[in-house]
Amino acid sequence: MLKLSSVSKLFHPGSPDEKIALVNVNLHLQPGDFVTVIGSNGAGKSTLMNMISGVLKPDAGQILIGGRDIGHLPEYKRSRWIGRVFQDPMAGTAPHMTIEENLAMAYSRGKSRGLRIGVSAKRRGMFRDELSRLGIGLEGRLKAKVGTLSGGERQALSLLMATFTKPEILLLDEHTAALDPARAELVTRLTQSIVSELKLTTLMVTHNMEQAIRLGNRLIMMDRGRIILDIDEKTKRDLTMERLIGEFERISGHKLSDDRVVLGS
Amino acid sequence: MMNSLLGAVESGLIYALMALGVYITFRILDFPDLTVDGSFTTGGAIAAVMISGGSSPWIASICAMLGGFVAGAVTGLLHTKGKINGLLSGILMMIALHSINMRIMNSPNVSLLGESTVFESIKPLVLMPIIVILVKVLLDLFLRTELGLALRATGDNQRMIRSFGTHTDNTIILGLSLSNGLVALSGAFIAQQSGFADISSGIGMIVIGLASVIIGEAIFGARTVFFATLAAVLGSIVYRIVVALALRIEWMEQTDLKLITAVIVVFALVVPTVRRSWKQKGLARKRTLEIVSGAEQKQIGGGL
Repeated sequence: MLKLSSVSKLFHPGSPDEKIALVNVNLHLQPGDFVTVIGSNGAGKSTLMNMISGVLKPDAGQILIGGRDIGHLPEYKRSRWIGRVFQDPMAGTAPHMTIEENLAMAYSRGKSRGLRIGVSAKRRGMFRDELSRLGIGLEGRLKAKVGTLSGGERQALSLLMATFTKPEILLLDEHTAALDPARAELVTRLTQSIVSELKLTTLMVTHNMEQAIRLGNRLIMMDRGRIILDIDEKTKRDLTMERLIGEFERISGHKLSDDRVVLGS
Repeated sequence: MMNSLLGAVESGLIYALMALGVYITFRILDFPDLTVDGSFTTGGAIAAVMISGGSSPWIASICAMLGGFVAGAVTGLLHTKGKINGLLSGILMMIALHSINMRIMNSPNVSLLGESTVFESIKPLVLMPIIVILVKVLLDLFLRTELGLALRATGDNQRMIRSFGTHTDNTIILGLSLSNGLVALSGAFIAQQSGFADISSGIGMIVIGLASVIIGEAIFGARTVFFATLAAVLGSIVYRIVVALALRIEWMEQTDLKLITAVIVVFALVVPTVRRSWKQKGLARKRTLEIVSGAEQKQIGGGL
């Protein structure tokens, strides 16, 4: 479904800050795979996400979705196949527009935007149904401005907007990191149920090891621009935190000492 | 008195089209577009030259609008494809338009005396409300379409709407085009109402447009698109009434108007910000004290 072959990225080429952000990354996701990605700061997790979504373009290598080479396409063209939820709850929604207007924009993903009315009566009914599946009462607030929602509510809405058109790839970029524990748990639970219900091929970056082990069927670990560990479905079932940390230190040769890697929730 | 008020309403209605244009760039796209000063004159110039050349005033007005449309598109191209800062793109276009407008008019002033205008058979006070309401309704409708939503999101959260497949370069260019089209149409009508087109008629237009939008929002609110466009229209009328009243003050000169307008805009921009920050401070203090005293009471309760 998603295939990266020998993808590399260099930041600030030719300047004193030159830094290789991704080194020959190979990754192959089967349809329905839910892969969690962990790694310390600067490991290249976000760069990986930005390369797939098209915010950044690879300096070398290929990115394929469903067999199409999309490495050269700009972000707005790739969005036809890719749904994304950002870390910042402010990033995925338009704050001065209403919930239903935000959903209407998400609904037009991958289609050409014309002079049809965005929120028709028929669509409104559908939006209400979709929102009620979140179970947090947003279905009664269709005309509320998104800026008046809490961070958790906005992130749940972002998740719905990214997924309800069934994109071929779902990218989750530490999408629970900015939330307090209770809300993070709610969004995590929603993520789990939506991904499994729609069978979305998903790549989720997290800094929470416990979450990375609990969610998904595969786990990859990144360090200094490389994928250093790729744990398959079978091994992941009885993976523990101790073993994961042990593996990391064995392979990378340095201690996992990053404040931002949270061991549990 | 009554006459000058009616006159103010009349020109307020014509300038309302310009205010709606400024609303699109300033409020929807969050893009301070100075092209307006040039494209307003372009509208007047095209209309005046075509009408005095024998064209139908309606066709001339539509061509004027198209001229503004093109000017806005060029500003948009400079900003999006040329990656030039938005303010600078507008300024460059404004300066360029000054020369272009001179080329169109061939002299600093083109008279329309004795020519037939759109206001020949229908008085401005009858015709303009119809046109303004029509434009407002069409604009409201457009802003609710899929394309209109994408345009609004471009000003609200560019990153978000790109992740849903909108090429924001295109929406920015579209917004600037629509805006300057309306501004030029307004310029075309003003030329026909006043009986001449003048090379300097657009100077300061952006500030007047801003004043109209801001005054309208302050008085009538802007909760939804419907009210925001209504506010721009009514703001334009209120602005003209204020100006008419100010001019009745004895020591006030016509040339003081731009200073007054600038002062109005500064006030309208500063007052809400200051008020909000005061309110925020007050609320923070109040809530902190409440929470702190609540926590202390609990401790005392626990101790007992």
